[in-house]
Parts: sequence; C-alpha cells; structure tokens
Amino acid sequence: MTEGYSEKVMDHFANPRNVGEIKDADGIGKVGNPVCGDVMWIYIKVKDNILEDVKFKTFGCGAAIATSSMITELAKGKTLEEGLKISRGNVAEALDGLPQVKLHCSNLAADGLHAAIKDYLEKTGKKLP
Amino acid sequence: MDHSATTATDPAVTEAMLPYFSEKYGNPSSLYTIGRQARRAIEEARQLVADLIGAKKEEIIFTGSGTESDNLAIKGSALRNRGKGDHIITSSIEHHAVLHTCKYLEKNGFKVTYLPVSKDGIVNPADVEKAITPQTILITIMHANNEIGTIQPIEEIGKIAKEKQITFHTDAVQTAGKIPVNVDALGVSMLSVSAHKIYGPKGVGALYLRKGTAIEPQLHGGGHERNIRSSTENVPGIVGFGKASELAKERLPNESNLTALRDSLIKGVLEIEDSYLNGHPAKRLPNNANFRFSFIEGESMILNLDMKGVAASTGSACSSTSLEPSHVLMAIGLRPEEAHGSLRLTLGRENTQEDVDYVISVLPDIVNKLRMISPLSR
Repeated sequence: MTEGYSEKVMDHFANPRNVGEIKDADGIGKVGNPVCGDVMWIYIKVKDNILEDVKFKTFGCGAAIATSSMITELAKGKTLEEGLKISRGNVAEALDGLPQVKLHCSNLAADGLHAAIKDYLEKTGKKLP
Repeated sequence: MDHSATTATDPAVTEAMLPYFSEKYGNPSSLYTIGRQARRAIEEARQLVADLIGAKKEEIIFTGSGTESDNLAIKGSALRNRGKGDHIITSSIEHHAVLHTCKYLEKNGFKVTYLPVSKDGIVNPADVEKAITPQTILITIMHANNEIGTIQPIEEIGKIAKEKQITFHTDAVQTAGKIPVNVDALGVSMLSVSAHKIYGPKGVGALYLRKGTAIEPQLHGGGHERNIRSSTENVPGIVGFGKASELAKERLPNESNLTALRDSLIKGVLEIEDSYLNGHPAKRLPNNANFRFSFIEGESMILNLDMKGVAASTGSACSSTSLEPSHVLMAIGLRPEEAHGSLRLTLGRENTQEDVDYVISVLPDIVNKLRMISPLSR
C-alpha cells in the first residue's frame, strides 16, 4: 500500500543509493524469500574492522528497496560492532517511518546487514573484540 | 489506466444528481410534493438500470454498492433456502465480496464448493454440473474477473442451473456497460451491478432479482425496496446510477473499440523480455490487460508508473494489507513469486492510442531499472 510512504521512503525508492554487487565482497547477507515477495542481498567490504563499502540488490516493494538503500547509508563507515547494532527500528526511523503492514515483511535490511557481517566473521574466522 | 478500480463520474451524471441534494431533497416516502418528486426520480432511474441489463423495472433492488449486492444475493438466498439444502457452488477466482461472504456462510454451517479454473482463468461448466448435489441451493459465478478480465461461460452455467432449478447469481460489476449484459440470455436469477464502475457515483449499486426468486432481507427497517433493503433511498446516487446506465447503454457499441486499444497495449508490452499475459487472450474484457514480469515486484512497478503519471494496479501481496498474493493469480496456477510480479492496466473511455503508446514507451525502462536492482535477474 503506497499510502503512508514518507517522502524519504519515496526518495530512497526513486533514487536508491549504492545499488549493485561488490565483486570481491568480504561478506554477503541473503535474506527474505521470493514467495513472500521480498529478497535482499547485502554486500560488504571490510577494512580494519570498518564497513568500507556496502551495496545491495533487492527484489521487492517500495519499502523493501528504500530500506535496503537506507541501510547502506547507515552502515557505511561504521565499525562491525556498530553495524550489528543497527536495528530494523533504526532503519524505519531514518526513513521517517514505514506503514504498519510493511514493518515486518519488508523491513529486512538490518537482518541483511547482520547476515553479511556474520558471513564475513565466519569466512575470516575473526571474532569481534 | 486503472478503470476497473473506479471511473470518473461523467459530468452529465453529476449534473443529473445535483438537484437532488438541496433542491429536490425530499424523502421518497413522504407524500408531499418534493417527496413525490424524489419517488418519481428513483422509479425513472430504476427503469434505466433495468434497461441496461434487459430486466424489468420491478426486478431492480437498489443497494449501497456492488459488494452489498453480492452479500444480499448470497446470504439472502442461502438463508431463505436453508430448509431445502446447505450447499453453495462458487469459483476460486471470485471477488472478495463473494468469496468472503461464502467463507462466512461456511463458518455458519453451509458447505461451499470452490471450483478451480483453467490456466486461462475460465470455469468449466461441466465442473459446475458435477459439483451439484441434491443439497445445492445456490450457484454464484462472476461474469468477468476483475483482475485478469476473463469472461466466464455464464449462459452455459445458466442453462445447467435452470435445468436443475437452482438459484443462480452472477457478479456483473465488471461487465455491465462494457459488454452486452442481458439477464435472460445469461439465464441468471440474480445479478449484481455497481454505479462507480460505469462513470456513475460511488456508494450505489443494484441487485437484479428475477421475479419469483425469494431472498431474506439483510437490512431490516422501514420496508424500502420491496421490503428487501430497508434504508432511506440514496436519491442523488440512484439518479446518478440511472443516468450512468442510460449513457452506458448508448455508448456500449463504442466500448468494443477498446478491444483494439487493449490489443495494441498487450502487443507493445509483451515486447519486453520475460513478460507474459495473464488470463485468456480473447475471452477477456475489452478494457483489461494483465501482465507479469519475471524478477520484479508489482508495487515497485506501480510506484514507478505513478511517478510517470500512470495509474495501475497489481496482484502482489505487497500492495495489499494481506500477506498473500492475489488468489486469482494463484488459482490460474502461478507461483507466488510470479504473482508478485503482476501488473493490471484497465482502459476507459478517455484513454487514447497516445496513452497506450506512452505506457509502452515508459514501461521498459521501469522494468529494466527494477531488474538492475533485483538479485533474481539473470
């Protein structure tokens, strides 16, 4: 339902930031399910414990695309610990809110970022300090 | 291009309605002059609505909407015939006004058969015949589907219903004014119509009730509409419905012109890679086109089209309050991820070839942009 999308959501939907894959990504988080209508892939590049680059690819509604775009902005330049602390609520808040029905189904971006960070930690065998 | 959602009220309709707000505002039940004026206006409108569907004036019951007409027909008939049986036959692609009413009756002790449809979205009359039991008291199958536009073989089902002497209702909300609708040719005992789909006002509908078909009222009160639908009549709305029906009948021959426009739209859109038409290629409403595009989701398409000034709709769950994709698209055998990628474009009177060409020119970029973002693309 488009009703209730804030201007910020529409802006991130119409001009999504950081779209695409990172070819030599250090971590990839794949969340969602095409059956439910939302699939998000979040790619991260890590240097010195910092999220140097974050990109996404998303299949889904306006909210799904806007939250993906927003998480890349929120996460870039943050430490891994800070990245893991970004919540679904933070993403929705940064977008000036989401319609009630979208809060659960399409607000997967934070999960996607966390999955990408965990993927990186698993691959490298690193532990958070 | 979302005329199956609603249409703009025709200026001639608005003009016909205006006097009945503040000037001739009488209650049709009042005996004095302005009451009698209102009564006369309603009866004239009743005739005009009846003329649109080949019915008799006395067989038209005014209601508040197409949804109310469906509720009245189905619940009214089921409750009235409870003594004779408890089985209802419908299809799996009905409008929610029918489907949810049937579910409600199921919760209250009735048995309902939901017939499947073909890949093209058509009910097989032989399935209707097979589903009939001695307990069957009602068959309700829509005339044309609101999402994929498929036109159902109502005449054939009507013959079966008549032979078995079972009450037969059809929801003709999408067909009245678009293709010829004649209650005798269709062989129905009840038929629902709505004003706002035919350039009339919102908030008024009608139920055709064939003489001799008995139903229980669902609104009790002062005995309006032959004691079947109590409520002070929505006089301006009914007058508007009458005018809209008159215009729809006059313009019916023009509606088939939309077929050429629709086919041009379908041809142009299907040029896009990995795009498909949902529903039957020919047995569909002259104004309906319904597509699906692999790898992308419908709401995103709708929002992008809106930014380009085009109004459209989708069967994706993401555009509704439920989490399920359209039951119609699932019934024609699509996978949920396919149903999420659907786009419905429905034409109307004011659409031109230019409009169609415009959509065909902007849609490929929208689809490509979303596919670039999508992880599912090849």
